[in-house]
Parts: sequence; structure tokens; C-alpha cells
Amino acid sequence: MDPELPGSGFADAVQAGARSAANGFAEEDALAGRQVALIDLLDRLLTGGAVLTGDLVLSIADVDLVRINLRAVIHSVTPDDPSPW
Amino acid sequence: MAVSGPGAQGEQNVTQVCYVFAVGREDAPLRVAAEGLTGPTGSVVRAVYGAGLGALVCSVPAGLYDEEGLKAQLEDMERLEALARSHHAVVAAAYEHTTVLPMRLATVYLDDARVTGMLSERKDEFDALLTRLEGQVEWGVKVYADPREASAPAPAEPSGVSASASGSSPGRAYLQQRRKQRSTHQDTYRAAGAVTERITALADGLATAKVSHRPQQGELASGPGENIANDAYLVPDGRSDDFRAAIAGLAEDVPGVRVELTGPWAPYSFATPPSSPQPDEGSPQGPVDDGS
Repeated sequence: MDPELPGSGFADAVQAGARSAANGFAEEDALAGRQVALIDLLDRLLTGGAVLTGDLVLSIADVDLVRINLRAVIHSVTPDDPSPW
Repeated sequence: MAVSGPGAQGEQNVTQVCYVFAVGREDAPLRVAAEGLTGPTGSVVRAVYGAGLGALVCSVPAGLYDEEGLKAQLEDMERLEALARSHHAVVAAAYEHTTVLPMRLATVYLDDARVTGMLSERKDEFDALLTRLEGQVEWGVKVYADPREASAPAPAEPSGVSASASGSSPGRAYLQQRRKQRSTHQDTYRAAGAVTERITALADGLATAKVSHRPQQGELASGPGENIANDAYLVPDGRSDDFRAAIAGLAEDVPGVRVELTGPWAPYSFATPPSSPQPDEGSPQGPVDDGS
């Protein structure tokens, strides 16, 4: 358990958990404008979305490297549980 | 920062490049969608058209989006968050007006002409994807197992267990306690697995596609318990209410198991061609729409 979210204390995490447990699920957000959880957003923006190579700004390999590093941060990829990407 | 006008290449004192948020069909809703939105550095979002398609873009300083700049942005969690939220804000706002194909984070072209060229080149692919996603939204469903929560009410339960334990030696009581914890732990994970299966079965008749994301762990993962399933479902807009109703309350009476629903999202998880393998795809769950 790691409640140390940037900008959010443990109390917030507990409260969020309680709220979510009470409702059975998180309130509508996303399109409705309520701030979505960063991790849910990154799941989608780093592994989803249409992939275009774009222009030379970053080579594809470099982009992938950055993304892989990010996913490692996000998902705590360990040697025992290697990333499938 | 000076804002470049629609179609302009940007001021010459700062070299600008073209950040692409999403691609849709060239139509009135897309034009409307582009109005009033701003990108990550505050410049206006505009549409670049080509081959009957339109890309929602904005001009950004090249220095922030060249190799060095982009790396710096993506590797700094605060800047990454700002970029991700800005990207999402544009995509989500656009999706309220019309079906668009969200791009992956940090898709950058040198100028508008290159974007137009890209639209022409990939026209068929974009058309197929837009047709497939038309009128559909993405819902996220996460299942959590929290054995601690499952075992929490136990002490308040009938004193039968502790009564029998009180007659035994402290060592035996300890072992019994440990054993109980272990079985609660296993039961909770088993129950969470069962809930996940029920969700999959219920979603079968409502969703048209499913993608499994990696379960969330690490410093950004919030809330109590362990995330054991992190799935995205593509659901026709008209069935969203049914989908929510079906998923909500599924785990209400299951101690230690929590279901979290997020969305509706623009279909980020389904913006790649259906034929391309999803590396994280779990069980070969049913209703994959072929776009028919």
C-alpha cells in the first residue's frame, strides 16, 4: 500500500476509498470534466491512443524508451515481474 | 506566449511545431469542437484538414517538443501530468461533439503540411477506425482485492472462535490466527477473481470490445487493496446506462472486494487497429466487434 500520492495525503486516499466503496464505483468523471486519476489517464495515453510516428522529433526507439521508463515508474516493473511491452 | 492564428505557422522568433491531439472526420462538429480549446502551452487548438479528415492540433514551441524537451517533459512527473491532462482535456472536449481518434501522448509534427500529408497517407486506416468507434465510449472497470478490509469485521463476529482459541495454548491460538488470516487472504482473492469473471460475463452482452490494461501498482496507484483487474470496455453510447447499472453493486456484498468504474472515456484503449495484437490482452473474452 502506498498512499503517498503527490498532492494527496493519506486521509484523502482513505476518504476516496470510502467514497468509492460506498458508491460501489467512482462517480462519473472523464467527459463530465471531473478530474480523472492520473494513473487511469496514463494507462490510456501511454498504451492507448493511435500511434503515429510523428516527425523526427524523437526517434521511435527513443519514444518507446521514454514510455517504457514511465511505465516502469507507473507499474513498478520488477525483475520478477518483467514488463511485457 | 503569443498565440498563432488558425493555419499560421507560428511566430518566427520561436520555432513552432505541431502537436496532434486527435483525428476526426472533416465535418461541422469537428469544427465546433476545435473552438475555444487551448493546448498545453496555452496556444489555441485548431483543425488541420486533409483527405476528408481533420486533425485537432496546436502549435507548440519546438524547444519543448524536440528530443531533449520531450524527454524532460515526460520524465518529470509534474510536467507529464500537466501534458497528459492538457491532452486529455482537448480529446474529451472534442469527443463530446464528435467521434475522434485520440492520438497517443506526444505525437508531434514539424508543421501543418506534414499533418495534412499524414492524414492523406493513413486515410483508409483512420476511416476504418472512426467507423468502428462511431457512437461508442470507453468504460474502465477495475477490481480490487483488500484482504485487510475483508478481515476487519471478523473480531466483532460471534466469539465462538476466540472462545475455543482461549482454551488452547498461546502458540496454538497464534497459529489459528495466522491460518485464519491466510484463508481470508485466499478467499478475498478468489472472490475478487469471481467478481471479475462476473463482470466479464455481464459485459459480454453490452460491450463490443475489451482491452485489458496491466493492473495498477506503484506510487501512482491509489486506494486500499490490490488492483487485480484493470480492463477497458468499448460500449455503444446507448448502452452506457445499462453497462453502469450492470457493473455497479456487483461487489457490494462481497467483503474485501471493490469495483471501480471510470468513464465515459474517449476510446483511447481502442484507437489502434483491431488487428494489431494487444500485448496485455488477457483471457480471449468474447464480443470483439469486427466493425461490421
